Amino acid sequence: MGIEIALRELYRAEGHMVEALLALSERHSGEHEIVHVSKDLARWSREHMRELARTGERYGMDLGGEGGEPLAEERDAVEGGPGDPDLELLADLRQLHRMASGVSVDWELLGQGAQALGDRELLHLTERCHPQTVRQATWANAMLKTTSPQVLTS
Amino acid sequence: MPSKDRIAEPWGTRTPYGPGEEWPTRVDTYLGDGSSPDQVDAWVQSASILHSNGDALDIAVREGRIVGVRGRAEDRVNRGRLDPKDLFGWQANNSRERLTRPLVRENGELVETDWDTAMERVVRRSKELLDEQGASAIGFYTSGQLFLEEYYTLAAVGHGAIGTNHMDGNTRLCTATAAAALKESFGCDGQPGSYADIDHADVLALYGHNMAETQTVLWARVLDRLAGPEPPRVLCVDPRATPVARAADLHLAPLPGTNVALMNGILHELIRRDMVDHEYVESHTVGYEELARQVRDHPPETAAEICGVPAARIREAAEMLGSAERLFSTVLQGFYQSHQATAAAVQVNNVHLLRGMLGRPGAGLLQMNGQPTAENTRECGADGDLTAFRNWNNDEHITDLAAVWNIDHMRIPHYTPPTHAMQIFRYAEKGSIRFLWISGTNPAVSLPELARIRSVLEKESLFLVVQDLFLTETAELADVVLPAATWGEKTGTFTNSDRTVHLSEKAVEPPGEARPDLDIFLDYARRMDFRDKDGNPFPQWHDPESAFEAWKRATEGRPCDYTGITYDRLRGGSGIQWPCNEDRPEGTERLYGDGRFWAAPDVCESYGRDLVTGAPMEEVEYRAMNPEGKAILRAAEYLPPHEEPGGDYPFALTTGRTLYQFHTRTKTGRAPQLNEAAPEVWVEVSGSDAEELGIGEGDLVEVASPRGVVHARARICGIRPGVLFLPFHYGYWDGGHDRAANEMTVNDWDPVSKQPLFKTAAARIRLLEAGGGTPAPAPTTTASRPLDARVPRTRGGVRAEAGEHIAGGGEWESRSR
Repeated sequence: MGIEIALRELYRAEGHMVEALLALSERHSGEHEIVHVSKDLARWSREHMRELARTGERYGMDLGGEGGEPLAEERDAVEGGPGDPDLELLADLRQLHRMASGVSVDWELLGQGAQALGDRELLHLTERCHPQTVRQATWANAMLKTTSPQVLTS
Repeated sequence: MPSKDRIAEPWGTRTPYGPGEEWPTRVDTYLGDGSSPDQVDAWVQSASILHSNGDALDIAVREGRIVGVRGRAEDRVNRGRLDPKDLFGWQANNSRERLTRPLVRENGELVETDWDTAMERVVRRSKELLDEQGASAIGFYTSGQLFLEEYYTLAAVGHGAIGTNHMDGNTRLCTATAAAALKESFGCDGQPGSYADIDHADVLALYGHNMAETQTVLWARVLDRLAGPEPPRVLCVDPRATPVARAADLHLAPLPGTNVALMNGILHELIRRDMVDHEYVESHTVGYEELARQVRDHPPETAAEICGVPAARIREAAEMLGSAERLFSTVLQGFYQSHQATAAAVQVNNVHLLRGMLGRPGAGLLQMNGQPTAENTRECGADGDLTAFRNWNNDEHITDLAAVWNIDHMRIPHYTPPTHAMQIFRYAEKGSIRFLWISGTNPAVSLPELARIRSVLEKESLFLVVQDLFLTETAELADVVLPAATWGEKTGTFTNSDRTVHLSEKAVEPPGEARPDLDIFLDYARRMDFRDKDGNPFPQWHDPESAFEAWKRATEGRPCDYTGITYDRLRGGSGIQWPCNEDRPEGTERLYGDGRFWAAPDVCESYGRDLVTGAPMEEVEYRAMNPEGKAILRAAEYLPPHEEPGGDYPFALTTGRTLYQFHTRTKTGRAPQLNEAAPEVWVEVSGSDAEELGIGEGDLVEVASPRGVVHARARICGIRPGVLFLPFHYGYWDGGHDRAANEMTVNDWDPVSKQPLFKTAAARIRLLEAGGGTPAPAPTTTASRPLDARVPRTRGGVRAEAGEHIAGGGEWESRSR
């Protein structure tokens, strides 16, 4: 069923969010505006993964056992190459924003599926998690707005 | 006249009174230098500048020198009372260590010079950098201790003339969360309550607010209520056994960093037991459903597990708050400098909104300020705010401000929130801020993680200007040092924590060539040749009173409306609370009594921020949420602190103040009575921890965090087990090493208010050397009261005897001028 694909995709995507947020915190360890909040936000995605795994069980899936960790090449894509650390920060935030926006769409789709299936529990899950994904995207965007003027004028 | 050792008895003699009665008058006086009242040439009107309470006083002048102070009986704030810092702190003005000439760095050394040379260097570097990089190279870091006129001028110079976004005050460390929490809940800064609410309240709730030490005279007001008929019940939330905790009916001592969990437990109970004024909530707020949902799964048992406070006590607290008829709450650093600062402070606002406890006698709320003039730093826009509580995210507000200043609105940066202090230092660290002008503050001691701050201030690439009274630890690192005049040596106004505006008049000449901060900022503006749209010099004002008149125009129609206040109206009588205008000529005692807020999308100061991420909300989102401008019940989930005790660092470390010292002691350390009461750093350890570690009273210990080390003597006291406390006042100007608490604090801040977390770090402690019977150099009168009754009590002796005249008139009736 398509819903299983959606669950699996979202589980993977949230795993990528965890990785990306933790990588952001590590790579920009001098940027304390980012270091702590990105770790807090990774907690949300980790919690989303746990909840999705629980839901998966109801659909006979073992999401945790299906390799939720991102592939090596995807991690590299997140980390980017060497260069000006400020520009890298902007690039990383931009990438995070795109990623979170994608996850947001995935939650939207899962919510639609839950309604069509009449799966109340799943619907409530999307209602809990989706807003947090939106807040993750909003944060990345806000950090871009706040950080960019100094980078671009100095 | 009766007198008291006011070091031994900081709150003075009780003058008990009952609910709804007027707080009796008690005029406190101290004359030093062997002066007697008949030798005083003049009494000059002023108010205190060593805490945020705003105690009104008159300065005694004899032969051109300050020789003492006397409380102003007619003032609404203190009715004549003064606290120990008010009584003795003025002596620092007369210190021989005052800076009297400008200094510039030559071949690595600071050498004396004249004003022209010093200012030309500042101007030349400013111009070079503006040409080379633009306004983003220039930053200003100011204080919570200048005057309104000075902040307003600095805001106009920085935001208007130069157009830099990089301006903040050390108010970031003390009051940023107060402002942020008020904006989140009410759409705009501005303290809703009044000190006079203490006269009426039946329940007082103090959250992380050691009022007894930080606002000593206000605490005397509470003590007088407690000593009178029908006293209020008191709730105290604090991990330390403060004088407030000892006087409280209920004391909750949560683990540092868990305030949101505690508050959500209390809110859960209020809602579960339906102790909610639904009519008020329905008519005047938005967000109730979300708040109820957030705390539904957070009963006192859950909170208890996180905070280490018994669930039954949390229920008792809810019962106390929920059954109050007139609830008065105050919040301070225990919340503001802790993990999830704004989220926690906002939950106190939520208690008041749920219960409809706003804007009537006794039903009030003060998100307190730390520093004396912090309110003005905020309202003038010399910190991360815009002038007169304008919204940086609202183009109309920027246009309006540009019209007031008569400049092009594109000159006022408003594409992001103004840069906060910690980020200013980050930009300096990375080299994109290359000019930093620090006025009236000492970040080399007061900011977190000092080793890093020193390395930033020492950077070759940073041109550092420091404007201060003394050669502070920060000034020693400067390229140019500008000697400033202080309180008593210049005229201006300032505003306390309950919006009371006071005038402080010049009583004596500043020492040597020292100049008022206002004159220095204006001199800089003229030398830079800033102009307004019509080609006139900008700022358009030239002295304190013309600056105040200009400020009034900037506040017209804003919440902090000063248009009804003049210097003349402030002379002689009591201070006046803003807003004060044509409609409210006597000022305004309480805000929001009509249930109307400055929260409508077009007028609010802020669209708010996400309480977890700190991301600013956008206008569209805010309009959808709060189209009618009601108060906002903002919910927040608890998150664990970023640095939790454990492993090598098993203790929670908090830092803070003591009653007798202020900030980095530049003034109080030079007033003998105050300094001797708390001469050296100490660390507070609980009785059970001390026993386990084999540490005794007065033993020399090493306290360490992952970032630094402090050596201090141990005070064994009633602090919560598992928690260590250090006063942050002690730096290096008067000797010592490894004694600044901020060597250890963490470089982390609240994502919403950007206030650094001085109260949430992990640390370890070990014995270095037995004390041999000498107790720790900590006061016994305060939160640091020892468990060991043999420790001699803190006394000031004959030199600390101050006069007390309790109501009924007589020779000490205050006469100004």
